[in-house]
Amino acid sequence: MDNANLLDFYYQMVLIRRLEERGAELYQAGKIGGFMHLYIGQEAVSTGLIGARQPQDRVITAYRDHGVAINCGIPANEVIAELMGKATGISQGRGGSMHMADRTRNFWGGHAIVGAHLPIAAGLALGDKYAGRDGVTICMFGEGATNIGFFHEAVNLAKVWNLPVLWVCENNRYGMGTTVERASAVSEIQQKAEGYGMVHERVDGMNVLAVYDASKKAIEAVRNGSGPRMLEIMTYRFRGHSMGDPERYRKQAEVKKWEEQDPLGVLHNHLIENQVTSIEVLEEIEERANLAIQKAVEFAEASPEPGLDTLFNNIYAEEV
Amino acid sequence: MSRLTMREAISQAMWEEMEKDPSVFILGEEVGVWGGSYAVTKGFYDHFGGERVRDTPIAETAIIGAAIGSAMTGLRPIAELMTINFAFAAMDQIVNQAAKLHYMFGGQFVLPLVIRAVGGGGRQLGATHSQTPDAVFAHFPGLKVVSPGTPADAKGLLKTAIRSNDPILFIENATMYQVRGEVPDGDYLVPIGISCIQRPGKDVTIVTYSKGLEISLKAAEELAKDGIEAEIVDLRTLRPLDMGPVIESFKKTNRAVIVEEGWKSFGVGAEIASRIYEQAFDYVDAPVVRVAQKEVPLPYNRALEQSALPQPSDVVAAVREVL
Repeated sequence: MDNANLLDFYYQMVLIRRLEERGAELYQAGKIGGFMHLYIGQEAVSTGLIGARQPQDRVITAYRDHGVAINCGIPANEVIAELMGKATGISQGRGGSMHMADRTRNFWGGHAIVGAHLPIAAGLALGDKYAGRDGVTICMFGEGATNIGFFHEAVNLAKVWNLPVLWVCENNRYGMGTTVERASAVSEIQQKAEGYGMVHERVDGMNVLAVYDASKKAIEAVRNGSGPRMLEIMTYRFRGHSMGDPERYRKQAEVKKWEEQDPLGVLHNHLIENQVTSIEVLEEIEERANLAIQKAVEFAEASPEPGLDTLFNNIYAEEV
Repeated sequence: MSRLTMREAISQAMWEEMEKDPSVFILGEEVGVWGGSYAVTKGFYDHFGGERVRDTPIAETAIIGAAIGSAMTGLRPIAELMTINFAFAAMDQIVNQAAKLHYMFGGQFVLPLVIRAVGGGGRQLGATHSQTPDAVFAHFPGLKVVSPGTPADAKGLLKTAIRSNDPILFIENATMYQVRGEVPDGDYLVPIGISCIQRPGKDVTIVTYSKGLEISLKAAEELAKDGIEAEIVDLRTLRPLDMGPVIESFKKTNRAVIVEEGWKSFGVGAEIASRIYEQAFDYVDAPVVRVAQKEVPLPYNRALEQSALPQPSDVVAAVREVL
């Protein structure tokens, strides 16, 4: 990977961090409704993963989707506008925090029912295989989703039909407040891939370079027809499950320990230690991200609410 | 025009659409090598091959999910659920996903998807394999629910459904596959969301669909012997519901009986009766009566099962009650 790409990763990760921090403030100010799940701590996962895809590769994820949306190229303006339910939001104010998508950027959505998007991911991959296209479907989900039936039906079907899917488990150790050990028969999620005859790998999700390298290799292997694979990316969310999480299930010391491996810090150190760039350049990138988020909030604040007369738009694709 | 069974009409609709459009394909349990557990897809696998007639694992969530995802990429899947009772295993995919994805993302995703499912009782299959839960699915905006009562409508509605860009649940009735009727050859399309008169009459309006049509036609013959002419309105589509012909007929007869195979409580009949009262209250000469399945999980024993299912004699009695 060249230096420009590395600096772009840094920009994307800072942009997501700032977006999420600002989102939390807007939520607390009552300007964002519903449930909101922040990606803070996990930025390296989707940045490295999506950074390794080709334009024809589809991305689909769960409800912790703001960062994924940014990495797929959706402007922060449209992400924040969606959070605020505005007509200019990426889903026109119909979806909210958990339901962002942009098919023009091959982002097939944030999905809010745990595991329910995995069978759909198999279908997206079937679409490419049927049509003879070489796209890979990258399906992200939390480790908690591997305990529900959707997961097992979807990964089984994908293997039986040799569908071009890369299954990406973001193991942040908690399904809401329940640790992986209390919810999953095996705490190493990659072991579940064994049961379906899939190649798998465990990856350090706090290091964007490690995520990128493993993702690149896995995506190209899937593209070459070697069948679906699984990555288990080890990560940690620094904030609660959602904005309404009292965090009684974990100790602050544990959070602090993981914060020492902050993925932004890991990349920052890498860039400086390897003399890729200077502190000044990184500060300039941070400033650019700050400004983009500030402008995005201004854009969203100034954007109109969807008209009440549009309530019934798009229930069906065809007139009824 | 050919005289076809319901099974042949459904099969013909899919065959013609698959010949015409390579993006149409079938997936489901035993649809391929076996030829369909109700033989609706017999011969398809040999003709169209395994890529277009895809046998799946017994995994309804995967079947519907794969259909949804591939539809989002522009394919036109026909997902077959071996029975509608198995739809409950895929309930999330049908109601949380298929019915929502177009709306929830501001119209970005289009789902040209047909789910074929066969329902109905009367074949001694016990409580889990004999249900008629049509009203459950008709509850959800975003889904269209179609259920034909004649071979011609089966062909015409299914062809329209396959060409439609919306997710459609196409409900067949297992005891009607051998019903025969005249079916137009070739490109015959029936619009979705349009009710029709299946039998003209002047004395009473019978509103029904699917298996209820067969029951109601038999009842109408009985009534005709006594000089009572029942007008039968076939809904054909439950959502979107076309009340036009129902109200028009009711304003003429001022009396209505609603016939469905599903349970009465919270059912199709409840919806139709309510709409008649809302839209034609001034024309009501007698309370609307519903004929439906008795409120019991269907038993295996033949006599017990038949006693729980609506019969033509129940419709005759209901009509006499409203006259």
